[in-house]
Amino acid sequence: MSTLTEVANGIGVSVRRPDGIPKVKGEFAYSSDMWADGMLWGATLRSPHPRARVLGIEIAAALAVPGVHAVLTHADVPGRKTYGLEHHDQPVLAFDEVRYQGEPVAVVAADHPETARYAASKIEVAYEELEPLVDPEYALSDESPRLHPGGNLLRHVYIEHGPEPGEADVVVSGEYEVGMQDQAFLGPESGLAIPAEDGGVDLFIATQWLHVDRDQVAACLDLPIDKVRFTLAGVGGAFGGREDVSMQAHACLLALHTGRPVKMVYGREESFFGHVHRHPARMRYEHAATRDGKLAWIRARILLDGGAYASSSGAVVSNAASFALGPYEVPSARIDSYVVYTDNPPCGAMRGFGAVQTCFAHEAQMDKLAAALELDPVELRRRNAMTTGTSMPTGAPINCPAPVEELLRSVAERPLPEGDSGVPGGIANVTRGEGVVRGVGYAIGFKNVGFSEGFDDYSTARVRISEVRGEPLVEVHTAACEVGQGLVTVMAQIARTELNVENVLVLPADTQVGSAGSSSASRQTHMTGGAVQAACVAVREEWERLGAIGAGIEATREYHHRPTAALDARGQGDAHVTFAFAAHRAVVDVDVELGLVRVVEIATAQDVGKALNPLAVEGQIEGGIAQGLGLALMEEIQVVDGLVRNASFTDYLIPTILDMPPVELDVLELGDPDSPYGLRGIGEPPTISSTPAVVAAVRAATGRELRRVPLKPDDMIGLCGS
Amino acid sequence: MRLTCTINGEPREVDGLWEGESLLYVLRERLALPGSKNACEQGECGSCSVYLDGVLVCSCLVAAGQAEGREVVTVEGLAPSEDELHPVQTAFVEAGAVQCGFCTPGLIVATHDLLARVPNPTDAEIREALAGNLCRCTGYEKILDAVRLAAAS
Ligand code: FES
Ligand code: FES
Repeated sequence: MSTLTEVANGIGVSVRRPDGIPKVKGEFAYSSDMWADGMLWGATLRSPHPRARVLGIEIAAALAVPGVHAVLTHADVPGRKTYGLEHHDQPVLAFDEVRYQGEPVAVVAADHPETARYAASKIEVAYEELEPLVDPEYALSDESPRLHPGGNLLRHVYIEHGPEPGEADVVVSGEYEVGMQDQAFLGPESGLAIPAEDGGVDLFIATQWLHVDRDQVAACLDLPIDKVRFTLAGVGGAFGGREDVSMQAHACLLALHTGRPVKMVYGREESFFGHVHRHPARMRYEHAATRDGKLAWIRARILLDGGAYASSSGAVVSNAASFALGPYEVPSARIDSYVVYTDNPPCGAMRGFGAVQTCFAHEAQMDKLAAALELDPVELRRRNAMTTGTSMPTGAPINCPAPVEELLRSVAERPLPEGDSGVPGGIANVTRGEGVVRGVGYAIGFKNVGFSEGFDDYSTARVRISEVRGEPLVEVHTAACEVGQGLVTVMAQIARTELNVENVLVLPADTQVGSAGSSSASRQTHMTGGAVQAACVAVREEWERLGAIGAGIEATREYHHRPTAALDARGQGDAHVTFAFAAHRAVVDVDVELGLVRVVEIATAQDVGKALNPLAVEGQIEGGIAQGLGLALMEEIQVVDGLVRNASFTDYLIPTILDMPPVELDVLELGDPDSPYGLRGIGEPPTISSTPAVVAAVRAATGRELRRVPLKPDDMIGLCGS
Repeated sequence: MRLTCTINGEPREVDGLWEGESLLYVLRERLALPGSKNACEQGECGSCSVYLDGVLVCSCLVAAGQAEGREVVTVEGLAPSEDELHPVQTAFVEAGAVQCGFCTPGLIVATHDLLARVPNPTDAEIREALAGNLCRCTGYEKILDAVRLAAAS
């Protein structure tokens, strides 16, 4: 249908981002930069207990603080008292019970943020503390107390693939754990709510999905959706952590109650309590193979800790099951994947969405199996590599390029980095490096792009062309959230290519146009890119028909991906629309006397289908790898008895520029037959197999089993290798 | 409390401050200079980096009163004019070192400071100098590119 034209700055070119200039000047308006006349500041009182009954809330002392305009509790929520992405199980403000440390109990509006925080501390809440349920295994058992009316089991996905596992030449088993990772986006949760004259409210907010936020908030406010208008403010990163609402309903409640604009900005500590995290996982695997290194069957049991509320746990646990085996041809498998409620912090979406946890386990297993078979780990993976047409454990065949062997070859054939990278720990390491051992490790992973299991996943775009001073101008309007990934750049590139017009303006994202779906699941360039393309084609056809732009031509189009199907009781169904693959090789130096690791280099190969903007593609890959490295070596929210011990950047470490090694990239463009321009989502694969590659390299250096991430210095100290 | 100081070359005076306010808060919320960012407000991320009398500081760790009578330069004060960028700013845009951009203002100021001291830094020197600036989006590769590019320009 579309003939691609030769306009400057169209697709395939590393166009510089249009918001780059305001961002480098400090002029880009993030959600925490919003300001309005007469604005008040909101603050949140949170539960100090992981589990307690709320016996009473006394607000008089808080209200009496000079400068305070409102103190609201659950009694002030006019509509539905709960919200949630999959189940409405999370209170806007706690009423009967609190189920995790940090659960919001009351909100305050005052004329200064410090006054608001001080007043919040004056609210007296009578709690009856209860024993928190913090062990997911115990939560799954019949003996544990029920945390929610439906019990503690949030979802169980069982997959029965191929014949019953039988005898095999070689069987290896292992147990693996993944700690709770935080998205740690740099721009804290924040927004500005402004009450409107029609009794509604406008919210300027950093989020990943405007419409779903709005629908949840409108229900809580008991307002029709046309009176709740959301506009995207500048977003300081997301990575899944903004899929659930945080302060959206609170700010709107306060604004409607006081009749004044209300701004809320979380500090870093509060941010750790303000959003969901990556699910901690416990996984047990058995891999069986023939003596010549062909997988025979796999058994996997996966247990995710969903924490206090459901969030997107149901989809995460299903993804963990779908991708539990890795990108391999596996004749037979039995997979049980569970997610349970506990009184730990709620967990939900984070980059990689269930596939991260299982990739760590299946790749450790593949290395173990290679060792048992005395095979090279890359060779074992090659012998079992999935290809187009391979059946997913969920039954449907892989319908897109599945370049597993090619990606492995690319990273394996790259020359190894030579020489000294400096000792692990840098200048803090006072040794002469006598305990330093080098290791090399490999991993490969894959995951679905877009929403699965029958969800009608779509995006909407409105494109308008008009003449301004004799020149054509194209305006692109969507509700798709630019969270840093570069969507605004790519949407303009698509419009230029389709309409052969260079002057393209991407309008602010808001709820005045149809839903774009979430900026998650590596889907937004595919889905909203598809919608923009379709709307542009419609405009172009009309333009050609009329032969002139006249007073302007406008078209709105939706892009839906191919329908998918739910999983049946045996975990079978055509559940996923398409898949994305990446491989990683990590080279590390480990000081086995000090327990320090320096990653020397990461090489990666990834199929991106078609790189609409090569520079942005590289940025996504490098950034995703940094988060995978973080999970391997340092990132974990430490929760003891339901209490978070490290809610700060002092104690929760993310990689710095000293921790990140050079990244060697090989970007393949194999073209997806079923997507706009053949592109394939790119955001998540870099985060999936980078973690196991780093751990495999540390294993190679130390000879240790290393069954839990993040690794700790103790895991590596004092051993063999040296 | 009242604060009098020079900000980006202009004398400024703010009244009615609460003593506990940080320089970062005053810049962002009282002087309409929200370019300096608030990613941690505890000295760990560098997103709030500014110059105080020519020295690179985390403005979240500076009490507003400490800026009394002193000279502050923020990210908003680096470009030579409204329509031009400083070469460090140009390099960050060109190298693809900006994604969400929340770390960017701090990195721009820190890079500006590094290149003023060390015009042609080695990669090790760049890493050392920028180790106090967290970025969650880029993996730092393009930030290194940007600093190299700025040094070369
Ligand atoms: S906000 Fe100042 S160092 Fe993070
Ligand atoms: S670009 Fe987002 S934190 Fe650096």
